[in-house]
Amino acid sequence: MELNAKIPPGPLKDKWSFYKDHARLVNPANRKKLDVIVVGTGLSGSAAAASLGEMGYNVKSFCFQDSARRAHSVAAQGGVNAMKNYKNDGDSVYRMFYDTIKGGDFRSREANVYRLAECSAQLIDQAVAQGVPFGREYGGYLNNRSFGGVQVSRTFYARGQTGQQLLLGSYQALMRQVAAKTVTLYTRHEMLDLVIVDGKARGVIVRNLDTGEIERHSAHTVILATGGFGKIYYLSTLAMGCNASAIWRAHKKGAFMACPSWTQVHPTSLPQSGSYQSKLTLMSESLRNDGRIWVPLHSPENRKPNDIPEEERDYYLERRYPAFGNLAPRDISSRAAKERIDAGFGVGPQLNAVYLDFSKAIKEQGQGKIQEKYGNLFDMYRKITDIDAYQEPMMISPAAHFSMGGLWVDYELMTTIPGLFALGEANFADHGANRLGANSLLQACVDGYFIAPYTISNYLAGEIKTPRLSTDDQAFVAAEVQVRAQLGKLLEINGTKTADQYHKILGKLLYDYCGLSRSSAGLTKAIAEIKKLRADFYKNLKVPGSEDEMNGELEKAGRIADYLEIAELMCQDALTREESCGAHFREEYQTPEGEALRNDEKYCFVSAWQYQGEDQEEILVPEPLHFENVELTVRSYK
Amino acid sequence: MKIYLKIWRQTDAGTPGKLVDYELDNVIPHMSFLEMMDTLNEQLILSGDRPVEFDHDCREGICGQCGMMINGRAHGPVQHLTTCQLHMREFKDGDTIYIEPFRGAAFPVKRDLRVDRSAFDRIIQAGGFVSVNTGQAPEANGIPITHEQAESAFDSAACIGCGACVATCKNSSAALFTSAKIAHLVKLPQGKMESEKRVLSMVAQMDLEDFGHCTNTEACEVECPQSISVLNIARMNWEYTLSKVLKK
Repeated sequence: MELNAKIPPGPLKDKWSFYKDHARLVNPANRKKLDVIVVGTGLSGSAAAASLGEMGYNVKSFCFQDSARRAHSVAAQGGVNAMKNYKNDGDSVYRMFYDTIKGGDFRSREANVYRLAECSAQLIDQAVAQGVPFGREYGGYLNNRSFGGVQVSRTFYARGQTGQQLLLGSYQALMRQVAAKTVTLYTRHEMLDLVIVDGKARGVIVRNLDTGEIERHSAHTVILATGGFGKIYYLSTLAMGCNASAIWRAHKKGAFMACPSWTQVHPTSLPQSGSYQSKLTLMSESLRNDGRIWVPLHSPENRKPNDIPEEERDYYLERRYPAFGNLAPRDISSRAAKERIDAGFGVGPQLNAVYLDFSKAIKEQGQGKIQEKYGNLFDMYRKITDIDAYQEPMMISPAAHFSMGGLWVDYELMTTIPGLFALGEANFADHGANRLGANSLLQACVDGYFIAPYTISNYLAGEIKTPRLSTDDQAFVAAEVQVRAQLGKLLEINGTKTADQYHKILGKLLYDYCGLSRSSAGLTKAIAEIKKLRADFYKNLKVPGSEDEMNGELEKAGRIADYLEIAELMCQDALTREESCGAHFREEYQTPEGEALRNDEKYCFVSAWQYQGEDQEEILVPEPLHFENVELTVRSYK
Repeated sequence: MKIYLKIWRQTDAGTPGKLVDYELDNVIPHMSFLEMMDTLNEQLILSGDRPVEFDHDCREGICGQCGMMINGRAHGPVQHLTTCQLHMREFKDGDTIYIEPFRGAAFPVKRDLRVDRSAFDRIIQAGGFVSVNTGQAPEANGIPITHEQAESAFDSAACIGCGACVATCKNSSAALFTSAKIAHLVKLPQGKMESEKRVLSMVAQMDLEDFGHCTNTEACEVECPQSISVLNIARMNWEYTLSKVLKK
């Protein structure tokens, strides 16, 4: 099968206009006859569900949390990028496009990335109209800050809670549609399977997590906006419930998965303090605007950070990347931190962290100014560590964060299954091999507010004559049987190990062999270990309770069962890409200075994977990337 | 540390619950409170017992999903903190900790420590939004908003919807939650237009749910993880009165 990204014709800057001009429309009278299922209520899901509801479609919105407002978009801190050029610092749509495509190490589609930059300004307008209280200057106009990997200030922010405020905007828009009865909301419902009829996505099987009841829902199109799966590493910046189950089960039904191993490891998270730990808390990358990262020059070093004199500190980012310094992109910053930690210069009780120091900024700007910019982050740091970061440097460490990989989608954000769309972090589209800071809120919003309304309508225009589907259809019956069988299987094992125990082992395997640095030997070993772990899981797992009641352990076990499969594909994906690009760093492919060595001749493609059946090796279908508007350069931030 | 726990166990809304005793050895002060609960649950599962169901998700204090009464206080002994941000260093070796679900008739228990807070969503549905469709928005800098105005709106908008205000209030009032949204939107020109209808409709919905009335004890502000001020309640009352008068 050959992948067709369906890129519109014409020059780069006209492609999206061309698409909008030619997309098919659905008559308002017909819209209410068309059912849309949206899974996930984060930024992309709630934005899409609300926007499609406003248009008059009949929308069903699902989330596993107890309220749509709790989806993990809520936790994004630093900001959202948009090309407004309010700072008059030379920004343009092309420059934003270029920064993003370069930041992604030239492993994303030009047309998609350009559209992201093009639609960015409109998002700020939309959010402000919803009442998002972005930071403002004293004159009353919107303020910006700069973020990693770029040299202009295009990041809009609402203190350190930008994701929360944007999500509340889209959540409120969604609640408005719930009240208007265009959207029906199903909280505490988890998607367990996709239903396909005549080759098209026609519904989902969900489990009511409060009662255990299995439900069938049919529609004319299904949108997956289920976020990323960095939680597969167990210790990550993600919420405990974040999972890959919806996209993985869609993958098993035929949707290709693209570049699943491309996980962003965030450089500024709090370090692990013990084996009981359940998650790593992120400290916004915006802190790197004013914080300086360093480790002691000598090892071992027993002095407190404030007692180490200036000349005995190694500001390694400023040393290695003088042009970008502490604002080097995330993949580069994380790898540089790992390099220092592995070399024995790590700090903290576990020697697994680096310092993020604000003393210079506080001296220059005053504590008040720093407090105003990052007050809630310093508070959060104190709440967790009991350390006052105004007095001594923070300790930070890299942590699994964002999934650049996800379901393969074309320009319309449609997967390889007709009628199945994937939005936001759940898809692989705009970020290539490394996402720039503050681009994820943007992508989620743009997908949901501005792209889905056009592309979903374009698809549904062809479905006007398709009648509503009864959930008694054989496809629903079969999918439900399969779902029940899987739940039963997990409960029957009744072994001696909990789901979390498996998750922790899996997470460590992935950090060690499919994390910041990867090698052929390591990945091969990991694949064998994962297979063993999966076999053990189905022999020794213990899940208490039953399936027809609230059962948190059963939910967990189902997600980990999927993780144990996707982990193998991640390693396979990393193993077959014999180059280093962005977050994917293969030890065999690096420059003498230890920088990533891309191979554009052989690997200038997106790796899309096609499922072949239980325990069968998946087939790699490459989607070649064509660059007509940018020159592929070595990504240098020196 | 050794910790003694008395935890509320309840199978569902219709079955009476009770406090059950547990003991936990080797609690480490650096553990978060929820990691202590994870440790207990691992122990319960392996000994053939049912783990304690509790709500949680982001574990960084922003999603608002976690929340329990710990020694009689919403989110535990430290002010302005969510349960997930509470650490075991706040307790001593040998302490007994009482853990119960959030209280309030409008928050029925679903199982163990999980409660149903969907009433909050219904209050927002009643008018906690700006009526703007996708695509209608004008240029963002078209309407200047002073720095102070934006910061003040943010202070109200920071609410995470956890329900600690209700759980800690002796009347189980949702006044802080409801007023924070009303104040957030009325402080901005974009939200001001609908403020009259919004306040009446949201307050009416709040009354329809089983929340009690606010008697200005200010207990909610003390427990609020986001330090939402009771001045929001004053603002809601002012807007409510204004709407009633204006309507006539």
